[in-house]
Amino acid sequence: MQRRTFFHTAATALALLATLGCGKKPVEVLVPGTEKPPELAAAPSSPAGGAPNVVKIVSSLPRTGSANAQTTTIVNGIKMAVEETGGKVGPFTVVYEDWDDASAKKGDWDPEVEAANADKAVNDPNVVAYLGTYNSGAAKIAMPILNKAALVMISPANTYTGLTKPGMGEPNEPAVYRPSGKVSYFRVVPADDIQGRAGAEWMQKMGGKTAYVLDDRGLYGKGIADVFEANAESYGVKVLGHEGMDPKAQEYRSLMTKIKALDPDFVFYGGTTQTNAGQIAKDIIAVGMRAKLMAPDGCREDAFINAAGQENVNGRAFITFGGVPPEQMVGKGKEFVDSYRAKYGGEPEAYAVYGYVAAKVALEVLGQVGSKDRETIRAAMEKYEAKGGALGSWKFDANGDTTLTTMSGSGVEAGKFKFAALLGGAVEAPAAGTAPAAGPAAP
Amino acid sequence: MFDTIAQQLIIGLTNGMVFALVALGYTMVYGILEFINFAHGDVFMLAAFLALTLVGALDVTQQTPPGTLAALLLGIVVACALFAGGLNYAIDRVVYRPLRRAPKLAPLVSAIGVSFILQNVGLFWGGSAMAVFGGGGQAAAPKAFPDILPQTNLAASLFGVETKLTLLPKDLLVMGASVVIMAALYGLVRHTKLGKAMRATAQDPNAARLMGIDVDKVVGATFLIGGALAGVAAVVYSLYINTIHYQMGYQNGLYAFTAAVVGGIGNIPGAVLGGLVLGLVRAFSDQFIGAQWQPAVLFGILIVILVFRPAGLLGSTAREKV
Repeated sequence: MQRRTFFHTAATALALLATLGCGKKPVEVLVPGTEKPPELAAAPSSPAGGAPNVVKIVSSLPRTGSANAQTTTIVNGIKMAVEETGGKVGPFTVVYEDWDDASAKKGDWDPEVEAANADKAVNDPNVVAYLGTYNSGAAKIAMPILNKAALVMISPANTYTGLTKPGMGEPNEPAVYRPSGKVSYFRVVPADDIQGRAGAEWMQKMGGKTAYVLDDRGLYGKGIADVFEANAESYGVKVLGHEGMDPKAQEYRSLMTKIKALDPDFVFYGGTTQTNAGQIAKDIIAVGMRAKLMAPDGCREDAFINAAGQENVNGRAFITFGGVPPEQMVGKGKEFVDSYRAKYGGEPEAYAVYGYVAAKVALEVLGQVGSKDRETIRAAMEKYEAKGGALGSWKFDANGDTTLTTMSGSGVEAGKFKFAALLGGAVEAPAAGTAPAAGPAAP
Repeated sequence: MFDTIAQQLIIGLTNGMVFALVALGYTMVYGILEFINFAHGDVFMLAAFLALTLVGALDVTQQTPPGTLAALLLGIVVACALFAGGLNYAIDRVVYRPLRRAPKLAPLVSAIGVSFILQNVGLFWGGSAMAVFGGGGQAAAPKAFPDILPQTNLAASLFGVETKLTLLPKDLLVMGASVVIMAALYGLVRHTKLGKAMRATAQDPNAARLMGIDVDKVVGATFLIGGALAGVAAVVYSLYINTIHYQMGYQNGLYAFTAAVVGGIGNIPGAVLGGLVLGLVRAFSDQFIGAQWQPAVLFGILIVILVFRPAGLLGSTAREKV
């Protein structure tokens, strides 16, 4: 047994090395037409000081691992927003840095790297906004660190309700993320309470009567599966069972064989491509079930279709998503999609526009206040109002959440996501009798 | 209910056979060197990546006519076996052999290092621009391995009665391939000169050397054969599970290693038995206890087995290793 102990120690040490070695490689993106300020290289560790005319916006997203395709388009969105300003906001030169919060060891976001990123941002006096994270679990780590420093954090992708909404997560949430007592975390994407309910609404629209709920036991996956389950009944969908499963298992044929005996109309999976949604889609077919698969926005990426094999998801997989998918956008949103295509030569993935808007919000607020003082910026963020931007008109509520509640559903056809339904628009009329999850967060 | 249980039996047995196939490589190397080759799972992973590359390059699909399909598959199996065997041999030659006389921890830590290196190679490989790999840009995402074997359900024709059971050609392939490979390996170790040399080396390398056995050659051959087995296992696994991933070596390595220990490490029939136990416990735990308890139930039972039979199920009866 001695050998195994040594193995674990050695593995941990190596993992640590891997984390340090390749976890975070900040890529400095300097906007064309601006000069690299010499002070940047030797920024003092205290927030006081720094280059007076330089502001830094950083993003902390998993750039190593399977979320990379999504985060690349988020980063592209952020870059577009920064470049639209010409690298100048008010008296400041804007510098954007793309930080990685994943490690090669985990192939996914890594708590240690996320914490290091947050500390680094707090200690760099030039950093005025922290864009991120992608994973709600990572946000839990960064939020309190940044909150103490009143450093504004804007997430383009976190959807776990407990991060902002009192009474919807653990008893100590969200206060535990706000040690200063003030709101410094904002998100531009609608949270899971809206998405979980939209899933139930859509299932009803498609004529689903019964569902079996699975989740990956993660913060995001279990959270959304719970909200779905709580809402299903009020939309006339009977939940036949709810189980958490090992997201790293090789296959789920045994589990699916058991579910097959119950013959549900749908399997709802609270999870992502990284937590094996593709294998679930595959094994539903493999055991000969007729059930369709519904999954949340963590699966709305081409990687999901590739992982499942398109023959297993065409007409069989249904994905909910916050907001309107890129190809359905109109007005300013369409302008964004068009210029994205022109600039990067590919389709923006679902979150790209949120990356763009998150950066836009930070830059606009910065322009309004014309100050690098973090508390001043934080206070101005609370009052921010978007008027006819890429996501339309909205503002932040008292929890720091967007007031947008539009959701959409996409099916898969011929290996591509295809917009299928607009959901959750009428949140004024949520299902009755589902107290915690119903209705938008009351300020 | 009978159908469901019979189905779980089929799933458990096939999964168990896959674990057993991977376990053979661990158990062979351990039997001879008393050294756990943690990179074995990752050699298996890279062989699966090669298999997917070949499937993509040769454009093998379900529409390929059966004769051509069989020939192509055989070619892929051979290529993967050669690749994985060669890779495993090379790892031993370059990394482990210079450490043969070093303290036991040195090769162990090197094995972990090799495992990380191979995973990164897999990550890099996964980012290749081929269509089967998702066209690049999603290096770390799981990759679908196309279902190229026929989808005919053999259950009805095989048992002669109407049944809800699903028994696909690939289930039979997994079991058939595993049984043949294990029998061949057993035969090799028991009834050939090389096998005799292997058993002698396992018992006492120094004495074997005194008897004129080229121990380095024997060890090299062991790595070559173990790697080739991982290559074959990778193709069988990919055809059966239909998903490959750069981290799959770790998960499967863990299961295979456990199977080897439960069966009695260093013992070939033991590895098979251990794999089957693992597969069946997994299936029935999912059916009757719940998926969230699967790892706890599985490893709980394994601990109980090891408490009562510390040397593994077949460990104490077989005195000779390998």
